[in-house]
Amino acid sequence: MSALPEVGPLLQQMADQLSRYLQERQIDDPAFVGIHTGGVWIAEALHQQVAPNAPMGTLDIAFYRDDFEQHGLPQRVRPSELPFTVDGRHLILVDDVLMTGRTIRAALNELFDYGRPASVTLVTLLDIEARQLPVRADILGASLALPAGQRVKLTGPSPLQLTLNAATH
Amino acid sequence: MTQMPQHLQLNHQGQLRHFLTIEGLSRELLTELLDTADSFLEVGERAVKKVPLLRGKTVCNVFFENSTRTRTTFELAAKRLSADVLNLNISTSSTSKGETLYDTLQNLEAMAADMFVVRHGDSGAAHFIAEHVCPDVAVINAGDGNHAHPTQAMLDMLTIRRHRGDFEKLSVAIVGDILHSRVARSNMQALKTLGCPDIRVIAPRTLLPDGIEQYGVRVFNDLRVGLRDVDVVIMLRLQRERMQSGLLPSEGEFYRLYGLTRETLALAKPDALVMHPGPINRGVEIESEVADGPQSVILKQVTYGIAVRMAVMSMAMTGQTSQRQHTQEAN
Repeated sequence: MSALPEVGPLLQQMADQLSRYLQERQIDDPAFVGIHTGGVWIAEALHQQVAPNAPMGTLDIAFYRDDFEQHGLPQRVRPSELPFTVDGRHLILVDDVLMTGRTIRAALNELFDYGRPASVTLVTLLDIEARQLPVRADILGASLALPAGQRVKLTGPSPLQLTLNAATH
Repeated sequence: MTQMPQHLQLNHQGQLRHFLTIEGLSRELLTELLDTADSFLEVGERAVKKVPLLRGKTVCNVFFENSTRTRTTFELAAKRLSADVLNLNISTSSTSKGETLYDTLQNLEAMAADMFVVRHGDSGAAHFIAEHVCPDVAVINAGDGNHAHPTQAMLDMLTIRRHRGDFEKLSVAIVGDILHSRVARSNMQALKTLGCPDIRVIAPRTLLPDGIEQYGVRVFNDLRVGLRDVDVVIMLRLQRERMQSGLLPSEGEFYRLYGLTRETLALAKPDALVMHPGPINRGVEIESEVADGPQSVILKQVTYGIAVRMAVMSMAMTGQTSQRQHTQEAN
């Protein structure tokens, strides 16, 4: 398999792409939403580089997971905080690793409980090609095919690093 | 009847599957419950106060005894978890036609209920239901006789933790009719389990149960001695019907000796919390100025009660589901 990419250069490239993407669509008042925990770190980094004055929120999707019955709640669910009005807003939804697409499904459901955004742009650092739902990233750092039984995890917040682990379930 | 094996409440992995009593539950589990409730508090502040955890599940509130606050907060908690809710006020329904508790619940189970929230006048009723009537349904005790009221105790613990923090440094006084109070029993057990070093009960001798010392509490008959330097005062409701049984001389006498007034509250720490499970009797056990005063968190308790009940329901539903899957795999 290929080596895991360095996070720093990926972030730079994503920030450039995202700036262009927002310009092309004439979105000048976006709001950032990071998904706990890794997505928040990536969102904070992009926020700094792309639009430091834009509002920034965080989402913990534990209450919206579709495997709650199998796995229950995690020990600690952090509160979701969206310190802005979602209605009519252009949202930039950020996660670290896009895998099955189920986290993004849950995040979209949660966002819509707060209001009706004008648009949602999905940004992820890595795409592990193992999709189970029709979800794709608008801005993507890198794609990676993982051997079976392996998971990739982002550790941080500083330094931000990708590591390979055995899957827990 | 009120003695119960602790494993009845837990599944094969030690997760909660019924919530019947605080007795026998570990400090870790109670802390997990409080942490989960903390997370749910934020949901109550959203525009859409709902999360989809119990979508498609049916929760039956089965109340054999009247209650407004407890039933409505359980109902709200279930609805905020997206469950469907049935409210059954049994005292005015089939039992008056002669149906037994067993038959009533069998019928509800046949309607594919996933959870029963039970309030009953007899101690041990929720336990009986969990053990003998509906093994696959999660049973939550919403108060049984003078035995236990575990969700009230946990909402009291959440209130104390959010306003005062670490239980290991606190003095907590419980004042009033301890003898008949399921709230007092559950609170003493919860405080003990969470490591509170100084639990005081303050009551006249006639309103204290035998063997109260087994709970690891200090007993005071004089309010003015017992309240000294406490961090938290939990007042209990004086049930007027007790007066008739000759345990108390009169309401006025009780208020003079055990009522929480501005004067008696001044004996506690200056910022001591004032709590009460409700409904309060103004001028019977608590002075209006104290109930509405700056140290009172009585209405906060109601808000926290919803989050605690959301936590209990989602944890018990997970525990019950995973127990069922485990049993199916074993067969």
